[in-house]
Amino acid sequence: MMDLIANLISGLSLGSIYALIALGYTMVYGIAKMLNFAHGDIIMVGAFAVITTVSMLGFPPALAIAASVVCCVVLGVCVERIAYKPLRKSPPLAVLITAIGVSYFLQSLALLIFGSTQHSFPKVFSVPTLALGALTIRGDMLVTLAVTTAIMVGMSLFIAKSRTGKAMRAVSEDRDAAELMGISVNRTITITFAIGSALAAVAGVFYGTTYGFIGPYTGSMPGIKAFVAAVFGGIGSMPGAMLGGILLGVIENLAKRYISTELSDAIVFAVLIIVLMVKPTGLLGKRVTEKV
Amino acid sequence: MILKVDDIHVYYGQIHAIKGVSFEVREGEIVSLIGANGAGKSTVLKTISGLMHPRSGSISFLGDPIAHTEAYKLVNRGLAQVPEGRRIFLQMTVRENLDMGAYTQKEVSDADIEDVFRRFPRLKEREKQIAGTLSGGEQQMLAMGRAMMSHPKLLMLDEPSMGLAPILVEQIFDIIREFHAAGTTILLVEQNAGKALAVADRAYVLEQGRITLSGTGADLAASDAVKKAYLGG
Repeated sequence: MMDLIANLISGLSLGSIYALIALGYTMVYGIAKMLNFAHGDIIMVGAFAVITTVSMLGFPPALAIAASVVCCVVLGVCVERIAYKPLRKSPPLAVLITAIGVSYFLQSLALLIFGSTQHSFPKVFSVPTLALGALTIRGDMLVTLAVTTAIMVGMSLFIAKSRTGKAMRAVSEDRDAAELMGISVNRTITITFAIGSALAAVAGVFYGTTYGFIGPYTGSMPGIKAFVAAVFGGIGSMPGAMLGGILLGVIENLAKRYISTELSDAIVFAVLIIVLMVKPTGLLGKRVTEKV
Repeated sequence: MILKVDDIHVYYGQIHAIKGVSFEVREGEIVSLIGANGAGKSTVLKTISGLMHPRSGSISFLGDPIAHTEAYKLVNRGLAQVPEGRRIFLQMTVRENLDMGAYTQKEVSDADIEDVFRRFPRLKEREKQIAGTLSGGEQQMLAMGRAMMSHPKLLMLDEPSMGLAPILVEQIFDIIREFHAAGTTILLVEQNAGKALAVADRAYVLEQGRITLSGTGADLAASDAVKKAYLGG
């Protein structure tokens, strides 16, 4: 029983990291109508930014995290401007292929700068392990859970209540109509990439802390899983991305512990396939019916 | 002169949709643009509002050239469009749709919201409802209320009566007259030529991307060519 609870908590912690990444995926999809397959690599860049600033420049952890967020935001916005914006009116396939190209570009760039070896991720925060009787929980997992939960609540409020958040929903629903309200679609897309990249940077810090090592290809697996989580929850839906991410983490962790470590990823993807067969729009995805 | 369109040519890819259209709207007028389906009426409106741009020709709004200005920059200058098919935000609430209409204002003024609710009491009842659950007539009202939130000097309406029951069509045209009486200049695009000519100070007939007739609303309504083609004999 204690074992199950401990595994559930570490699953939640892992899932909340996926959820942060999935949020970026789903927001960019909802607003820019594209799958940004380079999103996972932003995590890797963020993690390397922490490694570099801490070990080479001697930044204190808080400053290193801030630097990583800034670095990812700048990178995300630049990628959007340089690679995706010129393709705004191109067929989706062209944008998708470009995103894959950006992903390889970032991986190769990291390979060139940092080499193919795994770099150990510095301890940016240390929280003692919590022991409640027979139940022990790693402190960093609790911090991950607390911070990601706070970010998710904050993001939900931002999207629901703020002027910019409403504008993002308007653009996501109908670009031309939003433009006719005086909303700059380009600016809204830029803001979306900035927010998504900032979330990826934070996810990178927690991912690095959880696994301890970072390499040039580190971003691709959590990136793909977060994409799966976003589709699982209903791509374009923010609550869906959060739910999808958390469920994915929990399923993956429980499968690892109780079924098979090797099969855990296969099980995760099998669950996705089953969900999509039953509900093609994902768990919380909506099919909007229009009245005429 | 609030709007002057001068010899614009608009293309969809290789298709030459608008072939040298010129017309003008003066302050305080209701001007109607009538024509059959596919004549290019909506394209003209989209080109004025900045969603499309002409390949040649010029458009001036309040004296400024706007042919190549992006749509979102024109709202603040006093241009609002109720697009064809209403295009309200179906997943947002009625109130949020009105908030979006006031996006260019510093803040959403309660007086403006009250004004919309006074004109459209049905919308007040449904303030917190998701707009996708509204009926067609209510959606048209919301689209018009939303456009008025930006205090437009020129309001462009694209087929506001489309798909509505006759009693609702009457209501929509009453509201157009009310907006006009309150000082808004109106450019109306309609397939319902009878109604559009009855409400208009002046009107233009658009056929296959060209303006073929123009005159006062009453003159056009009385002309044989218009009667035959648009008013059912």
